[in-house]
Amino acid sequence: MNRPVVTVDGNEAAAHVAHRLSEVVAIYPITPASPMGELADAWSSTGKPNVWGDVPTVIAMQSEAGAAGTLHGALQSGALTTTFTASQGLLLMLPNMFKIAGELTAGVIHVAARTVATHALSIFGDHGDVMAARTTGFAMLASATVQEAQDLAVVAHAATLEARVPFLHFFDGFRTSHEVAKIERLTDDDLLAMVDATAIAAHRGRALDPEHPVLRGTAQNPDVFFQAREACNPFYDAVPGIVTRVMERLETLVGRRYRLFEYRGHPEAERVIVIMGSAVGAVEEAVDVLVGRGEKVGVVTVRLYRPFSAEAFLGALPRSARVVAVLDRTKEPGASGEPLLQDVATVLVGAAADGWPLPRVIGGRYGLSSKEFTPAMAKAVFDESARERPRPRFTVGIVDDVTGLSLDVDPGFRAEPPGVVGALFFGLGSDGTVGANKNTVKIMGEHTPQYVQGYFVYDSKKSGSTTVSHLRFSPVPIRSTYLVDQAAFIGCHQFGLLSTTDVLSRAGDGATLLINTPYGEGTWERIPVEVQQQIIDRHMRVFGIDANAVAKAAGLGGRVNTVLQTCFFALSGLLPPDQAIAAVKDSIRKTYSRRGEAVLTRNYQAVDESTRALFEIPVSEKPSGAVRMRPPVAAGAPEFVRTVTGEIISGRGDLLPVSAMPVDGTFPTDTARWEKRSIAEEIPVWDPDICIDCGRCALVCPHAAIRIAYVDESALAAAPAGFPHRATVGKDFPGKRLVIQVAPDDCTGCTVCADVCPARSKELVKHKALDMMPKDPILEQERERFAFFLDLPPIDRRQVAVATLKGSQALQPLFEFSGACSGCGETPYLKLLTQLFGDRLVVANATGCSSIYGGNLPTTPWTVDGAGRGPAWSNSLFEDNAEFGLGLRLGADARRNAAGRAVRDLRDVVGAELVEGLVGADQATETGIFDQRARVAAARERLEAAGTPQAAATLPLLDALIHKSVWIVGGDGWAYDIGFGGLDHVLAAGRDVNILVLDTEVYSNTGGQASKATPRGAVAKFAASGKATGKKDLGMIAMAYGNVYVAQIAMGANMTQTVKALAEAESYPGPSLVIAYSPCIAHGFDLGKMMGHQKDAAASGFWPLYRYDPRLAASEDHPFTLDSRPPSMPFKEFAATEARFAMLAGSDPDRSEELLKAAQEDIDERRRYYEQLAGLERGLPGEEVSV
Amino acid sequence: MKPSLETGYLGMHLRNPFVVSASPLGRDLDRLVLLEAAGAAAVVLPSLFEEQIEHDSFQVHAALEHGTESFAEALSYFPEMTAYNTGPQRYLTLIRQARDSLRIPVIASLNGASPGGWTGYARKMQDAGAHALELNVYFVAADIEETSEQVERRYLDIVEEVRRAITIPLAVKVAPFFSATANMARRIVDAGADGLVLFNRFYQPDIDLENLVVMPDLQLSTPVELRLPLRWIAILHGRVRASLAATTGIHDHLGALKLLLVGADVTMMASALLLHGPGRIKSSVAGLTSWMREHEYASVEQLKGSMSWRGAPNPSAFERANYMETLASYEIQQ
Repeated sequence: MNRPVVTVDGNEAAAHVAHRLSEVVAIYPITPASPMGELADAWSSTGKPNVWGDVPTVIAMQSEAGAAGTLHGALQSGALTTTFTASQGLLLMLPNMFKIAGELTAGVIHVAARTVATHALSIFGDHGDVMAARTTGFAMLASATVQEAQDLAVVAHAATLEARVPFLHFFDGFRTSHEVAKIERLTDDDLLAMVDATAIAAHRGRALDPEHPVLRGTAQNPDVFFQAREACNPFYDAVPGIVTRVMERLETLVGRRYRLFEYRGHPEAERVIVIMGSAVGAVEEAVDVLVGRGEKVGVVTVRLYRPFSAEAFLGALPRSARVVAVLDRTKEPGASGEPLLQDVATVLVGAAADGWPLPRVIGGRYGLSSKEFTPAMAKAVFDESARERPRPRFTVGIVDDVTGLSLDVDPGFRAEPPGVVGALFFGLGSDGTVGANKNTVKIMGEHTPQYVQGYFVYDSKKSGSTTVSHLRFSPVPIRSTYLVDQAAFIGCHQFGLLSTTDVLSRAGDGATLLINTPYGEGTWERIPVEVQQQIIDRHMRVFGIDANAVAKAAGLGGRVNTVLQTCFFALSGLLPPDQAIAAVKDSIRKTYSRRGEAVLTRNYQAVDESTRALFEIPVSEKPSGAVRMRPPVAAGAPEFVRTVTGEIISGRGDLLPVSAMPVDGTFPTDTARWEKRSIAEEIPVWDPDICIDCGRCALVCPHAAIRIAYVDESALAAAPAGFPHRATVGKDFPGKRLVIQVAPDDCTGCTVCADVCPARSKELVKHKALDMMPKDPILEQERERFAFFLDLPPIDRRQVAVATLKGSQALQPLFEFSGACSGCGETPYLKLLTQLFGDRLVVANATGCSSIYGGNLPTTPWTVDGAGRGPAWSNSLFEDNAEFGLGLRLGADARRNAAGRAVRDLRDVVGAELVEGLVGADQATETGIFDQRARVAAARERLEAAGTPQAAATLPLLDALIHKSVWIVGGDGWAYDIGFGGLDHVLAAGRDVNILVLDTEVYSNTGGQASKATPRGAVAKFAASGKATGKKDLGMIAMAYGNVYVAQIAMGANMTQTVKALAEAESYPGPSLVIAYSPCIAHGFDLGKMMGHQKDAAASGFWPLYRYDPRLAASEDHPFTLDSRPPSMPFKEFAATEARFAMLAGSDPDRSEELLKAAQEDIDERRRYYEQLAGLERGLPGEEVSV
Repeated sequence: MKPSLETGYLGMHLRNPFVVSASPLGRDLDRLVLLEAAGAAAVVLPSLFEEQIEHDSFQVHAALEHGTESFAEALSYFPEMTAYNTGPQRYLTLIRQARDSLRIPVIASLNGASPGGWTGYARKMQDAGAHALELNVYFVAADIEETSEQVERRYLDIVEEVRRAITIPLAVKVAPFFSATANMARRIVDAGADGLVLFNRFYQPDIDLENLVVMPDLQLSTPVELRLPLRWIAILHGRVRASLAATTGIHDHLGALKLLLVGADVTMMASALLLHGPGRIKSSVAGLTSWMREHEYASVEQLKGSMSWRGAPNPSAFERANYMETLASYEIQQ
C-alpha cells in the first residue's frame, strides 16, 4: 500500500493516532504536550472524525486532575478515551491512574515526558514524570523517534483494548515531541486493522449502564483487599504477549518491526547499554562505529517498560555481556539505583539464580532536562564499562566536580553516518526563522527521497529571543537525536547575533556562512574579529544579503524568513534552483493561502528578489576591523553573575560544573540589570520642555526602562553635558528638578510610553514629550545619562504620597528589565507593586508567564534597593500557589510571634520601651516601617552587646518584626482554573494575604489556550470556534465572602484607581483579591497601544472597574464602589479592534454576531447588577443580624 | 393612463429609474429583499475595497505571526482556523445570494488600488454572477510630482484593464475633481465604460479638537448636493455613448425628476434610504408616477434628457455664468 509520507513532529504523530482512535479526549495544556491537545481540539472543531466516522468530543478541563477524572469517567462509560500530558500534569493524574488501572480499564495517556520540578522547574525532557507513574499499574510504552511516536501510539491503543490494562505511551519532551521528521503516516485502514473490534465491544460492554447495573469503586477491608488486588495478576502477565502480537500485526501491515526489547550491536557483545527513549539513536550510532572498529558492544532498547518482561529482556540481551550499563534519564535521590537500573538488576539477579551468567551491572544518569546526549557520551559509557572496576554509579554529559560521578567524554568522537548534511540557523523569534526552517524540512521531506530532521532551540526570553534551528538532511534514516555539530551551512539571520553568540562553534570545515547584513560590501569589517578568525580557520565561504531591505520592499516588514530560506536553497544546492523556488512558493501557498492573496503575493515577490540580492563576501587572509564580540554581562557585575550567569547568557552553561550551582535552587536577585540585551531599534527620547510631569510613562513601562527622579538642583551639578531635566509641575515635589531617563539597553522599544504620553507640542502636534527615535545614533549618549541617573540620590519614601500615580513613580522599581514580551500587559502591575511595597514584599508566584519572566535563568528582574532590600520571590507550582502564599504568610507570622516572644523575654536587655515598639508599633505607613527598622537595628545592637546565648539566638528572628507584605501572584489559568479551589480556600481563611491576578484571559505562557477567564466570543486555542460561555466573575465570587477586599483594575483605563486599589488591598488586614486586566499577544493587537485598549475595554463595559472594601461596611458606608462610568461604546466596537474577536467575525460571521450579542447582554446585565451593588449597604460576616 | 417608468441602464431593462446606490444597506440580504419589494429597480452592492482586503489579510497575518516560534512553551498564540475570510469570498457569496434571491439586476461594486487587484476581483465578481460591475475609481493625487496627465492616464489604464477582464456591462463611478470633466468622461467611455456614475462621495478628513487627531468620516448627503451631478449629466447627456447614473443628494422623486430631466438614465439613492428606510423608494416611485401623470408625461424615456444641455431653453445656465445669476437671485430673495 502507498502510504502518505508526511513531515510532522512527535506530538502530531501521536495525536493523529489518538484522535483517530478515540471518542472522548479530555485535555489540559502543559508544555511540551500542549500541541497534542490543541491539535485534537482543532481537528474536532472542524469536524474531523475518528476512524469510525464520529467526531471525537474534546473537552478542556480545569487541570490535569480534572482531565484524569474525566478520562476515568468516560472510560467507565464505555467510551474510547484518551488524554495528553507531561510533568506535573502527569503527577496530578496519578490518583486516577491507580483507579483506572485497578479497575482494569482500557485507555491510553500520551505523555511528552518532561522533567518534574524539584530545585527548579524545567519545561524540558526527561523521564522524571513517567517514572513517578510506574507504580500506578499502567503499562508503559516508550517511543524513541517521531515515527515510533505514531507507531507505538497505535500499539498502545490496540494493546490496551485487548489487555484491559491501561497504557501510558511516552516519548521524550522536545527531543521527540518537537522534532520535525519525515514519517510514513498510518492510514485509517491501518488503524482499523490494528484495533480488535471484539475488544472494543468488550470494553463497551463493561460500561456503567442502568440496563445492566454493577457497582465499581467499592471500599474494602483488611479481609479481602489484598486478595482482590492480586486478582488482576493474570492480566498483567498477559500484557507482554499481547503487545508483542500487536507489534507483529503492525509489522505485517507496514513492515516496521518493533519488539518489547530490541538489541543492536555485536552478536557477542561484552559491553551492553540498556536505555529507552530518544537517546537510543545516539547510542546506536556509537555502537555502529565501535563495532566497525571491532569492539564487542551493543545496546538493548526498552520499549515496553511496564510490565517489565524478564523473559523478553533476557531474550534480547546477549549472554556474552560482561558489563551491562543501564542509563536512566531521571534521578531518584537516595535510591540504590535509578528505576530502569533496578529493574534490569532485579531481572539479571533472578536469571543468575537459574544459571544465566551474571554480568556486572552499573547505572548512570544522563540527559536530565533535555541535556544533550551524544554518541561520544555513549562511548564514554562503553569506555567506563571496559575498565577493570567500572564505577557502579555515574553521570554522563556534565562535569561533576563535587561528587566525582561524571564520566569524561571525548569531544572528538563523532558517529554521524556519512552523507548527512547539517545546517544551523541563528535568528530572532520575531524574524520567522524557525517557521521558515520547518517549511524547509517539509519541502525536503516531501519533495525529495531524503530523510529530514528539524530541531529548534529557543532561549527563555519572550522578547528579543534568539532561536537556533538544527536541520539534517540524509540519504539514510536519521538517528542523530542530538544537536547538529559539524554544520555544512550556517545562516546568521540577524547581524547583531555575530557579536553576542558563538554562531560558528558548530561549523564544519569548509562550511558556508550566510549573513543577513545591512552593510553590503563593508560587511567583512563589521564582523567581530573573533568570528573572522573562525571563518578563516575553518576555510569557510561567506555570503551576504540585506534580507531586511528585500523583505521591507516586498511589504513584509521584519519577516525575513522567506528571503533567507530562498538564499539557503540557492547556496546549499539541495535542490535544483528552479525546483527550489517552486517548492518555496508552494510551501508559502500552503502555509499562508488562507490568510489572503496579498500575503502570498508579497512573499512570492520576496522570493523572486532574494537571489538577485545575494552576494559573496570575500574572506581576507587575516582578521581586520575593530569590532569585537560583546561580553555577556556588563562590567562591574558581581562574581556569581560573571562566572555563572554570564556563562549561561553566553551559551556556555553546559560547561558549568556541578560546583558552580547552588545546592538548593536558591539564586541571588538583582541580576537582569547586568544582562544588557539592547534589543530595541527605537527608544523613547524625552523633551522636558513640553513634559507635564504626569508620571504615566514610567507607570506603564512594562520593562521599567523609563525612570523618573525628583532631585535637588545640586544633585545635577556633575551631570553629563545636555542631561535633560526641568522644574517639576504641580505641588507634589516643590523645589525639585524632574528627570525622566530611558535605560537604552533595557528598553524593548514597545512604544507604550510614547503612546500614553499626553503632552504634545503646540507647534507640531505629532511631537510628544516622549517620541520614539532610532537608538543607535543616541545609544552612547543615553548610556552615559542612564549611568548618571542611577547614581542620583533616591527620594525619601517618607516624603512621598506613595499611593498616588505621581508619588508611586518617584519610587524605585524593584522589578526591572524582564524578558517578558515587548509591551507585556502584566509587568507594569508587578513593577508598581514593587514601587509601593518592594522593600517588604514576599511573592508567591504561580507557574506561568510571570514565573518564567520572573524566575527563568539566566537572570531575574526582581531586584534590590540601595539598602539591599527587595522582593523575596518563590514559585512552588501552578496549582498550589494560593496555598503556598498562605503558608508564607503563616510562616512569617509565626516567626514574628516567636520574635515578639523572644524580645519580650529579653525585655531587660532590649529595654521595655523598645520592646513595646517592636511588638506593637503601627507599620501601616512608610514612616512606620522606617521607624520599625530603626527599632530592629537598635535591638540588634543591644542584643549583640549583651552577648548571651539567648540574645544570640534571638538575633536571626529580629527581621521578622518588620512588616511583610505577602502577595500571591499568578495568571488567570491559575486563579480561575487549576488553582481556583485553593484560592477560594485561602480567601475563606481570612488571613492577611494579597492576591494579584494578572488576567490575560487565556493561558498565555503555553500559547493562548482558553481558560474560564476567556470572554464569550473570543477565539483561543481550545475554543477555536469562539468561546460560547461567558467569563467567570471571579471578583463577585470572592465578594460573596463579605470580608475579602476585592478590586478590578485596568491600568490604562484608570491609573489612579489602579494605584489606589493596590494600596488599599495591601492595607486591608485580611485577604485581598485584585484582578488586573493584562493585554497579551493572544489578544491580537499592537501591544504598543495596550493602554488605549484598556481604556476602551472599560469604556465598553467589557472590563468594569470597581473596588469592594469591607472596612466601609463596618463604617456603614457602601462597600462597593463602581469606578467605571456607564458604558459609552458598544462592545462590538471594542471587539472589532482585537483579533481574538475579529477573527471569528471573519471566519464565522453568524456565530460571531450571535456571541457578540450575547456578550453585550452579559455586559449590560453585569452593569445593572453592579449598579445595584454600588447602592447597597452590607454588613460583615459575624455582625449582628438586624431584622 | 399610468405612465411608464421603465428605463434602460448599461443595456439592462429596469422597471423604474430608482436604483439602490453602493452603501452599507446592501450588506444584508434581508434588507436587499425589502428594498426590492419597496420598488428598487436594481441594487449596487457595497464596494469591495481591495485595500481593505489587503489590510484585513495582513492584520490577520500579523496577529497570527506575532510572537510565534519565539518561546518554547508558546510556539503560537492562536488556533489555526480553516478560513479567515479575509479575501473577497464573503463578498462573492453576497453576489451569489443576491442574484439568487432577487429578480432585479445585481450590480457589484469594486474599489481597488492595484492593477492586479482590479482585474482579478472584477473577474471573480463576474463569475459570481453579477449582472454588471460598477468600478469605483478614486485616489487622492497627493504626490506633488504626479501631473494631472498622469493621474488621468491611471484612470484610463484601470478602465481599459478591467474592460478587458470582464464581459458584463461596466459602469465607472468617478469623482468630479478633473480639470476637464467632460473630456475625461468621454475618454473613460472610450476606454471601455458602458456607463458613468456621477459622482463619488468620499471620506473627508475632519479634526477632533479634543484629541487633536485627524478623523476621516463620511457624512450623509443632503438634497442640495444633487446640483453637482445635475450640471454634469446635463452637459454630458447625448454627448457620450454611455448610460448616465446620477448619485448624491437624491432624497425623493423631485430630486430624481430633475436628474432624469437633464439626462440621467437612473438615479441612485443611499443617504435617503439610510435616513428614511426602504419605504423611501416606494414613495419616490409613487411621487414620480403622479408627477408625470399630472404633467402628462407618458414615460420616463420621454422626459429623460429633455432639460439637458442640448434640450434646455437656457443651456448656458449650466455653465459658468450660472454662478452669478444664482447669487443675485439669492440676494433678491433676502
